[in-house]
Amino acid sequence: MSQTNNAFDKAEPIEHESAVSVRNVSKNYGEVEALKDLSLEFPRGQLTSLLGPSGCGKTTLLKIIAGLLEPTSGEIIIEGKKVTGPGPDRSFVFQDFALLPWASVLRNVSFGLELRGVAKSEREAVAERYIKSVGLGGFEHAYPHELSGGMRQRVGLARALSVDAQVLLLDEPFSAVDEQNRRKFQEDMLELVRTENKTFIFVTHSIEEAVYVSDQIAILLPRPSRVSEIIRPTSFRGTGVDNIRRSPEYLDIVDQIWASLRNYVE
Amino acid sequence: MQNRSFYLKILSAVIVFGAWEIAGRIPVSYAFPTFIESMSALFAMIFDGSIFVAYAETLKPLAIGIAISATSGIVIGLWVGLSQRFEWLFSPIFIVMQAAPLAALIPILVMAYGIGLTSKVFVVCIMAMPVIVLNTAGAVRNTPSNIKDMGRSFLASDRDIILKIIIPAASPVIFSGLRLGISAGFIGAILSELKITPTGVGDIITYSRSIADYPSMYAAIFSIILLAVLFLNLLERIENTLFEGNNRGYVSD
Amino acid sequence: MTVYGYKLPVMSSLLLWGLLWEIVGQTGWTFFIPPLSEVLVTLFNVIGTAAFQKAMYETAYAFIAGVFFAIVIGVPVGILIGKSRLLDELILPWVNIFLSAPLTALVPVLMVLFGFGMKSIIITTTLFAIWIIILNSRAGVKQINRSLVDMARCFGASPLDAFFKVYLWAAMPEILGGIRIGVIRAVKGVIIGQLLISIVGFGALFELYSNNFMMSHFWAVLIVLFALAFSLSEFLAYLERRVSYYAASR
Repeated sequence: MSQTNNAFDKAEPIEHESAVSVRNVSKNYGEVEALKDLSLEFPRGQLTSLLGPSGCGKTTLLKIIAGLLEPTSGEIIIEGKKVTGPGPDRSFVFQDFALLPWASVLRNVSFGLELRGVAKSEREAVAERYIKSVGLGGFEHAYPHELSGGMRQRVGLARALSVDAQVLLLDEPFSAVDEQNRRKFQEDMLELVRTENKTFIFVTHSIEEAVYVSDQIAILLPRPSRVSEIIRPTSFRGTGVDNIRRSPEYLDIVDQIWASLRNYVE
Repeated sequence: MQNRSFYLKILSAVIVFGAWEIAGRIPVSYAFPTFIESMSALFAMIFDGSIFVAYAETLKPLAIGIAISATSGIVIGLWVGLSQRFEWLFSPIFIVMQAAPLAALIPILVMAYGIGLTSKVFVVCIMAMPVIVLNTAGAVRNTPSNIKDMGRSFLASDRDIILKIIIPAASPVIFSGLRLGISAGFIGAILSELKITPTGVGDIITYSRSIADYPSMYAAIFSIILLAVLFLNLLERIENTLFEGNNRGYVSD
Repeated sequence: MTVYGYKLPVMSSLLLWGLLWEIVGQTGWTFFIPPLSEVLVTLFNVIGTAAFQKAMYETAYAFIAGVFFAIVIGVPVGILIGKSRLLDELILPWVNIFLSAPLTALVPVLMVLFGFGMKSIIITTTLFAIWIIILNSRAGVKQINRSLVDMARCFGASPLDAFFKVYLWAAMPEILGGIRIGVIRAVKGVIIGQLLISIVGFGALFELYSNNFMMSHFWAVLIVLFALAFSLSEFLAYLERRVSYYAASR
């Protein structure tokens, strides 16, 4: 295992069992090694961030977990079962939203259920509930191009939640959203992790965002991609969304991650 | 400012038609009637109904040809766009057809199919089909991969991905391919009436030229261009309302 | 397509189609499709004949002259209407009309005005090519980044400097794209013109071949024409890619 847990002495041992295990995964594109022998555990009911400089393979890893890409070697185990392709136990939030531009918000949110053959009235009832819960009530019949970037991603989030998958995969979900919306999203993420008993895997390139929302941060370093560090913030969870950014531990972790990543900035 | 643009369009039409009128009065050529003469010839043909008879004749090969090229063109295009093997096999033919002056095939078509409706339909088809096939195939191939990935991650079957994602995503480009195909079909229909046998509007043009009735000749040409432009504009309007927002709503805007 | 891990070249399926043509021709299924091999033999004979060379020369002459006028008139007009709102609103509707109009219908007018000769064919060619060149040049000027224009002004460029050192280059990818499409349209225009005014160039040649049922001659000339048209369009696409490398990154 290339994981090191010595970053913070006060890091607690993992008390949750893992929902997703990445075991010795490698991914080659021809000659290029995108991921090399990477292993990582994702505890159930928590949010784990994959953080690293661009080109470190974090999105590749996420797509392998989603079953959209096949690993060259190694395997992904979810709740004891090996991943062979996309499955009902996972859902995905896309960086560029991946909304159907010709479909209303309602159809976009219920699209996942539509593909699973859920009856129209039933899936629309579910979708309406999630549209309200992400704060888009009243926009059911709007089209994506009528929404702002932040609202579009709320549609993407509602779609991912509506299929009620155990594992939520988020690929830089807020990077195409403006700063204020991003902050609101981050607060909402914390709330979601607390209330929905799901496992979140969250790819980001923002250090502050990762520290703010994560129960566990995996730092990935590039060429070939490997896990260099695992950090588990402890003291500021549960202190309320407004206090996190003032916590000394938050600031320390941000500084520490920057110190280890700054050499990789081109 | 809506008005300004409208008045300028009127002004622009007045300038052009005025110039036509003046050039006809000088006259720049014995074969150049004035605008007013041409328009009265047009109205004469409208009132005695001869222009409607002519259009019924002209639009027949056009409509049949477009119907054939639209259905087969879209089917072949979908096929080429979805399967690498068919792309390899068919796309070179349509790429060459797109670049080549297919009008040169007309003499052979006439020899093989005579001077009747079949040849004319063929001409419309060879003009209209390449752009329909290539647009359809290109649109299918260029479906944004993010929404295909989305479909797969939400467990869409291959059939779902084709019917619910690829075809709706491709339909604006397919539709504009149809519009371009129809535009090329008009060229083919008129070309075949002028080259193969003078029927319909082509007959009015050829006949009035032979008896030096130039106002009628200009009127017929004016009417066919007007008809084509109005029809294609209408299609473009439909396209814009139908697919409003279809090309937007992605992250890039 | 890949077969056994080997990637087949893009246009290689044309060989397969050629083979099919040969087989169909050999079976003698129809008089109108002689075997490809026969056509190719004829092709080499035809290329040397005076009639073919005359047709080729006349076509090339009309084509080059037509394209020349289309570019020389089209690009400045496009840039002008891209820069002037008044001219844009006066001229653009007509450009759009002629862009989608069936220009074939105008050939008879050209014939009565300019005679059954080279002049009419050159004008037909120009008419086919010019509208898209105007439209693309206009679009090229229109899309120039506002801050690029401001930059030129901030650094004190004279209007002439700004035009030749900034605008023209910034609009170049669109202008070249327009010229490429215009040239392809011109190829069709020159052939359509010759078919309708069938005493010049290939029009006359086709007339001769079809009156005498010389099928393999006909196909031979078609192959030459199509091959030339296709090579021309590919060559222009290649040039456009070479020159427009910055189009995506500006």
